[in-house]
Amino acid sequence: MTALRLAIDLLLGARRPRADSGARAQAIRFIVSCVLAGASGAHAQDAAIPAFKTLDSMEARTQGCVTCHGQSGQGTGKEYFPRIAGKPAGYLYNQLVAFRDGKRVYPPMNYLIAYLPDAYLREMAEHFSKQRPAFKPKQPPAADAAVVARGTAIALSGDPSKQVPACITCHGQGLTGMEPGIPGLVGLSSSYIAAQLTRWRSGNRQAPPPDCMKRIAERLSEADIHAVATWLASQDPPANASPASSNLQKMPQACGSQM
Amino acid sequence: MRRATRIFLVAAAFVALIALAALLYFMPGYLPVAPGAVAADPTTQTINKGEYLARAGDCVACHTEPGGKQFAGGRVMTIPFGQIYVPNVTPDDETGIGRWTADDFYRMMHSGISRDGSLMYPVMPFAAYTKVTRADSDAIYAYMMSLPPVRQKNQPHELRFPFNQRDLLIGWRALYLKTGEYVPDTSKSAQWNRGAYLVEGLGHCAMCHTAINKLGGSKTSEEFEGGMIPNQNWYAPSLTSNREAGLGNWTIKEITDLLQAGVSHRATVYGPMAEVVYNSLQYLSDEDVEAMAVYLKQLPQRDSEAPPTQSARLVAPEVMELGRKIYAKQCVVCHGEEGKGRPPEYPPLAANQSITMSSPVNSIRMVLNGGYAPGTRRNPKPHGMPPFSHILADEEVAAVVTYIRVAWENSGTPVTAAQIGELRAIVPE
Repeated sequence: MTALRLAIDLLLGARRPRADSGARAQAIRFIVSCVLAGASGAHAQDAAIPAFKTLDSMEARTQGCVTCHGQSGQGTGKEYFPRIAGKPAGYLYNQLVAFRDGKRVYPPMNYLIAYLPDAYLREMAEHFSKQRPAFKPKQPPAADAAVVARGTAIALSGDPSKQVPACITCHGQGLTGMEPGIPGLVGLSSSYIAAQLTRWRSGNRQAPPPDCMKRIAERLSEADIHAVATWLASQDPPANASPASSNLQKMPQACGSQM
Repeated sequence: MRRATRIFLVAAAFVALIALAALLYFMPGYLPVAPGAVAADPTTQTINKGEYLARAGDCVACHTEPGGKQFAGGRVMTIPFGQIYVPNVTPDDETGIGRWTADDFYRMMHSGISRDGSLMYPVMPFAAYTKVTRADSDAIYAYMMSLPPVRQKNQPHELRFPFNQRDLLIGWRALYLKTGEYVPDTSKSAQWNRGAYLVEGLGHCAMCHTAINKLGGSKTSEEFEGGMIPNQNWYAPSLTSNREAGLGNWTIKEITDLLQAGVSHRATVYGPMAEVVYNSLQYLSDEDVEAMAVYLKQLPQRDSEAPPTQSARLVAPEVMELGRKIYAKQCVVCHGEEGKGRPPEYPPLAANQSITMSSPVNSIRMVLNGGYAPGTRRNPKPHGMPPFSHILADEEVAAVVTYIRVAWENSGTPVTAAQIGELRAIVPE
């Protein structure tokens, strides 16, 4: 336990005045083993490449996606790699094109699909949009009640003082997204959601103008991002995982992804 | 100072002065505008021919930024000497090549001299394009001039001294540039000659498939013998060795499949070669791809290195066992227990030259980063391989790559975890 405490302190950059070198080395070993465990997470879970039924199928063609997103797009590992199953096809297609053309930056994806034509990317998007695999277990809520309250507020009511609309006004009442271009937020890890919001805020991630998500993310503080990301990741999966239809709700802002 | 030293210094200064004067004297300037110069021949037929030839030359790959306007330049190319910003070649008067004449364009293609007389960096493959005929150059020019002009200013290159001194390229040119249009070999068939013209000229295959030395040059004597592509960290295999990508044992159909569709019963293209197939080769006619295949198959075979010895191929039993286990779990589904794959969708690993060749770089990169074959007219929906870099540790990747290099009587050699670590550290592209 000492090693764990010390490891956290080391990671946060805090100094412990009288930590002896033995405990320090133990802590460093602990960090290294955690990182290694994370790096080989799926291996530790003993995941093998899934089988497919027929060679001439989208299931076989998307074998290139399985080690990160899972065979049905459910996502893999405890961390990061997002669930893509059931997200609207328009959204998935926009992301695939943006990755291919380098507009959305994530080198492993940019590399993998660099030479795939539009029509095929659309087919891949439609394939994963139709999948409905089980959700991964939800993550625990934030320990601090104030953080939980802040996350709940942003997701369900928004923050009028900052002109931040509620997540559910665009991402669907069940947070399953909205046709054709808005992604669902359920079944994602808090680290993925927080990283994406941070990227929107810094301008690293963009959407066609008017880029509503950029404007919203810029109004969020780091604490807001942490609160809403942990809240979203701790929600129960919805009974109906399909995205909402686009004609049920008036959107609070003009959105380039819905045009 | 001793008298001899003084004489030497004065002599050296004198020689340098003369060299500088000669340099300035011989440095080309603008071409004179010939009286009654013929304008480009903008018939639809010529423009279509030019478009086809521009594809054969893969101009678009470098002169277009990913997701940017076609031929408007701006793409950054990292080379060992710094960063090159590829120029705008749309017919915009201010920022593109709108004021170029067909003569200017031919001089650029043929000798690597820009319109204003400045020497071009050999990142532009004019050492290959020099073989292009005047008629073909004119057709490409007519096509380029028919494109919509895009106003996009070129960015200056960011190269280290002394590589930022263009005039010094005169030295590189003296060493490595041999200009001259393609001269047909009358002892060979018309088909072979057409293939040679495309491979050596517009195709500029030697840019990657011939090793590049520290000065960014390559030797004719080593042509097509393969080499690492600088900064891309892929190995362009030898086209003259049957132990690498030599095609001596391939059928013509297998070669044309690989070049035109991107997949074949022997192998699949990934990385930089996938880009070439995607942007260029898939659009070439059956006749032209077959001509290239005929020429490539007949390239003289010269294996510059001996096959690995039995002791070089020795693998520790525990490494082999670890590799076999990982293979059974992660690879068998697509590549099969005997490594036969399901060609052309999933390439074979047994008796696949690109697995067993002496450089293991490409196999390691495929395991780390995965890859999709290019989507082409003949294979619009390719199958793909997932990345394993987040699942397998360096020792595990080394074991499974070693396994596929030596199993099923493959003639490769083992790889080490350190080699995996080096390639894991680079950003895939």
